[in-house]
Amino acid sequence: MKRLESTETRKKVSQAATKGVPSLFLFILLITWQVVVDQGIVQKYILPSPLDTIVTFVQILPGLKSHIIITLKEAFTGFFIAICFAVILAVLMDSIKLLKKAVYPLLVVSQTVPIIALAPLFVIWFGFGLLPKVIVVILVCFFPIVISLLDGLNSVDVDMLNMLKSMGANRLQTFRILKFPASMVNFFSGLRIAATYSIMGAVIGEWLGGEGGLGVYMLRVKHSFALDKMFAVILLIVIMSMLLFKGISLIQDLLMPWHKLLNKNIGRQ
Amino acid sequence: MNTCRDNLKLSVKNIKKTFGDTAVIEDVSLELYEIEFVSLLGLSGSGKSTVFNIISGLVMPDAGEVFIEGKNYTGKTGRVSYMYQKDLLMPWKKIIDNVAIPFLLKGQGKKQAREKVKDYFKVFGLEGFEEKYPFQLSGGMRQRAALLRTYMFSRDIMLLDEPFGGLDAITRSKMHCWLLGILENLKTSILFITHDIEEAVFLSDRIYVLSNRPARIKEEIIIDLPKPRERKIVTTENFNRIKRHILSLLDEGEEENGCI
Ligand SMILES: Nc1ncnc2c1ncn2[C@@H]1O[C@H](COP(=O)(O)OP(=O)(O)OP(=O)(O)O)[C@@H](O)[C@H]1O
Ligand SMILES: [Mg+2]
Repeated sequence: MKRLESTETRKKVSQAATKGVPSLFLFILLITWQVVVDQGIVQKYILPSPLDTIVTFVQILPGLKSHIIITLKEAFTGFFIAICFAVILAVLMDSIKLLKKAVYPLLVVSQTVPIIALAPLFVIWFGFGLLPKVIVVILVCFFPIVISLLDGLNSVDVDMLNMLKSMGANRLQTFRILKFPASMVNFFSGLRIAATYSIMGAVIGEWLGGEGGLGVYMLRVKHSFALDKMFAVILLIVIMSMLLFKGISLIQDLLMPWHKLLNKNIGRQ
Repeated sequence: MNTCRDNLKLSVKNIKKTFGDTAVIEDVSLELYEIEFVSLLGLSGSGKSTVFNIISGLVMPDAGEVFIEGKNYTGKTGRVSYMYQKDLLMPWKKIIDNVAIPFLLKGQGKKQAREKVKDYFKVFGLEGFEEKYPFQLSGGMRQRAALLRTYMFSRDIMLLDEPFGGLDAITRSKMHCWLLGILENLKTSILFITHDIEEAVFLSDRIYVLSNRPARIKEEIIIDLPKPRERKIVTTENFNRIKRHILSLLDEGEEENGCI
């Protein structure tokens, strides 16, 4: 009994310790970086220090508002369209097995084509406006959503399917009552990944030219060798992506209150 | 005793089923009369669930037919209600919505469906748990909720596949008394699968004992113990005589008679 307790407490202590490890590691990394730059081991114009980056970040943030809005607009539009396409395709592929067989390998292969090589083509075809950027976002977001939703639809408990069937449920009802809700957990994992990709996709699109947006801004500061501004924008992109990630998680908690409760229950055992 | 012999609800005639090259059911025929409780008793893997899958229409037999109230229902789903070995409650639906699924399938709205099932929560001992999620309930309660959902789909014929299999002995025996108690007020015919002899004898009016795979009916046993039954009946001489008889039936054909 006593031994049991002590392993229990040891487990708790080690759990707490593991939680602190990532932040501690990050902290050490940042300190080292700061020292390396401060000591002149690496020149400031080659690598700005973390503190410089943060100061610059605060300075330029007000001026970036219009760029942020443009990037977000591209990211959201692309993300939304990707969701619509992905849901339609996943549902079709799930209900028509032949289609799944035909399209699935193509989807995987399509992911090996480097977007960065395709993006210039979109500029040639669609100009410097919103469209080519949105297309890049759609391309990067589409895949994780389709695959996760397909996996979800595929992993539905066979006995539950049979139970509904024994009650005479038709396909639409089975889908609405069982398959779609059952695949929601997977679907949201895909959404979270896609959401973080969406900002990156928009920036890649802008990198090739345009009227505004964070990518365009980065291109400009790169040309004037303002590396501290470059780093500040990278920091901004990371923060925006993380916020989106969190946002999707929040929406999931709202739509699926049971999921959080279930996780808590499992955690207790 | 309280069976009404001239009101045949369900009859299964000479069904046969082979999966690949395993013969699972060789020849099974059985009957279920109105307000009767009949058990299908057999060892694990003897093909009991397969019999239910055929009766419910999920699986087509290789030969034989299923008649419900005189009509041929072989391979047709949607007539009898079928409760699986697992509770199969959907974790994303509250208990009340899980129970209301049969009404959703009949095309009613969520609110209407909830209204229909609400009153039964008390009868099934689930009062106060309507708004809970399945994982917040104990095993016994989940089985009761699954049973309620089954009852909501079709009241006259219910197939129950080891509904209490996953419960501990004490909870299980409580569920037995509870089940017999509520059945007195519900006009339901039940076909019940179990491999627990005592459970079968305690609950049933009649028992079909299945052979090992491929399944045949070894014997039909009429349980003439008086109803309503109380827990203490399980220690009476009559009860034990039936138990011993079934035990010897199940033992037959086994190579080795270990100590059971
Ligand atoms: N769809 C199927 N395809 C192939 N084999 C099957 C299928 N369904 C059942 N079987 C086989 O039929 C045999 C009997 O299975 P069944 O589930 O009917 O047994 P059971 O009597 O219900 O057993 P238990 O008491 O363990 O639930 C098993 O050997 C099983 O592997
Ligand atoms: Mg079974």
